[in-house]
Amino acid sequence: MGKVILEVKDLTTKYITRFKEDVYAVDHVSLKVEEGKSLGIAGESGCGKSTLALSLMGYYFPPLYYTSGDIIIDGKHISGMDPDEVRKTILGKEIAYIPQAAMNALNPTQKIINFVEDVVRAHNPSATKKDIYDMARQRFEFLGLPANVLDKYAVELSGGMKQRTVIAISVILGPKVLIADEPSSALDVTSQKMVIKMLRDLMDKGIIKAMIFITHELPLLYNVTNDIMVMYAGQIVERGSAKEAVFDPLHPYAKGLMGSIIVPEEGLRNVKLTAIPGVPPNLKHPPAGCRFAERCKFAKPECRVISVQIKEAGPGRTYRCIFSESELREAYKNG
Amino acid sequence: MAEKRKLCLSAKGLTKVFGFGKTRTVAVDNVDFSFYEGEVISIVGESGSGKTTLSKMLLGLINETEGEIFFLGQKRDIRSQRNKQEYWKNIQAIFQDPFSSYNIFNKIDSVLLDCIKMRGGGNLPKEKKIEMMREACSFVNLKFDELTNKYPFELSGGQMQRLMIARIFLLKPKILLADEPTSMIDACSRATILDMLMELRKEIGMTVIFITHDIGLAYYVSDSVYIMEHGKFVESGTPDEVILHPKQPYTKRLINDVPKIYEEWDLSTVG
Repeated sequence: MGKVILEVKDLTTKYITRFKEDVYAVDHVSLKVEEGKSLGIAGESGCGKSTLALSLMGYYFPPLYYTSGDIIIDGKHISGMDPDEVRKTILGKEIAYIPQAAMNALNPTQKIINFVEDVVRAHNPSATKKDIYDMARQRFEFLGLPANVLDKYAVELSGGMKQRTVIAISVILGPKVLIADEPSSALDVTSQKMVIKMLRDLMDKGIIKAMIFITHELPLLYNVTNDIMVMYAGQIVERGSAKEAVFDPLHPYAKGLMGSIIVPEEGLRNVKLTAIPGVPPNLKHPPAGCRFAERCKFAKPECRVISVQIKEAGPGRTYRCIFSESELREAYKNG
Repeated sequence: MAEKRKLCLSAKGLTKVFGFGKTRTVAVDNVDFSFYEGEVISIVGESGSGKTTLSKMLLGLINETEGEIFFLGQKRDIRSQRNKQEYWKNIQAIFQDPFSSYNIFNKIDSVLLDCIKMRGGGNLPKEKKIEMMREACSFVNLKFDELTNKYPFELSGGQMQRLMIARIFLLKPKILLADEPTSMIDACSRATILDMLMELRKEIGMTVIFITHDIGLAYYVSDSVYIMEHGKFVESGTPDEVILHPKQPYTKRLINDVPKIYEEWDLSTVG
């Protein structure tokens, strides 16, 4: 077992709406990511993936509030820190975040190198222009980006190139953890592959030590990350290695999600696409029992009453369901 | 084959040029095709390959620079507004962005009511209209009674896209052009929407043209696939021919770039 880089214990965060209602978008989430490993988070829109990403940074601003739990990055507690303090000492150095529209962060009136200078100077005011330029050029070349990008304006770059540039800049201070939230979903397949290649390079070349990758595209997660975690209505419902989660899911929701995979391969034609009926529950008033019970075709009456805890199923494999492993497998076999 | 397939939509030498002089861009370059009735066709290409320009020409939203489009074997004539509206009874579209597909001032029942009117049902009794709308909504798993007093923007993206399908259900066009219908919604709702579209197609026997960059989707739904590069069709055929055994280097590259789960995804051949 490697060294644990990112550890989250029972993290709960909430949104407070205009009408002073609490919405627990991340509900008692615990996870661990070891050195050199990456974790993928899957789930449908609105299940709390992106809120979890924001919460992990420890950088809370209304309407998102921290409620309870711990976030530990390489032995350092960052939960409950002052947001200003987090911004100065944690973001960019310990943990970096790439949102979906990262490319829009580039200022159209400034050259890329000015942007790099801003990032570096924010953490190290004494750095000279030449040092920063050399560092940036080295880093860009190391990651396979042409160094002349630095002297260009954002509008001169294509979408894929902009995205990769922003990723390169966001890891320039060598953060320990990188959180990538749908970094490639606005791009076409070729640019997407380049972005993925770059993220893999970051891991392989040791620039970052652990990565959290969020997307609803399961084939992508399967290819990028070591482990996959499935979220539903703010809770973790399943975690396992990429292979287990895709080909042998335990939780009925994960099973349904895997049934919606579309890939251009021969195997696909034999698989019937399955869609999960219904919509996720309203998190203002989460259901008492299992949150998936309403949409689950295997649900029993007690599923709606008993709230289920996470169960272990082998090393690194957990799931949240009232049924046992063998019962679930039996149910899937019979359809 | 004993039964001869009926030609639905075809084109000869279809070309669209934007700009002139230095900025001259040939978006669609001398394209020929014939789509048959009841077929599901996918047009696949990267961003900027001319897919959307082609679809706009097929819909009659922009004029072709050169070439001809034939509808049901006849040369299409949509120069007058009346002919155009007649043509739109036969060809309908679902667009990528459901949020901008609706008139934000119209409530949902008036969106559906317009479809009934377009099919010549304007004089039907009110109960009959409501029944038709209810049927259309239940086809796409929406509850009509919950929707009547709502505006389109009060729905989620997936719900809006389903309402779009309910419109098609009422309009019963000969051709449905779906321009990236699922690229803005998540994978789970994607399966639902594809299932609905395919069921609807069976029910009213329309031709469906998917414009997409999602090769997996093209492989899953279509009877024939056209690969588009720089405004030209570089390869076409059945999905098995084109996607499992591609011949052109462009198609090979495109397919190589899609993440796989049954085979190894080769990351080394990038860029």
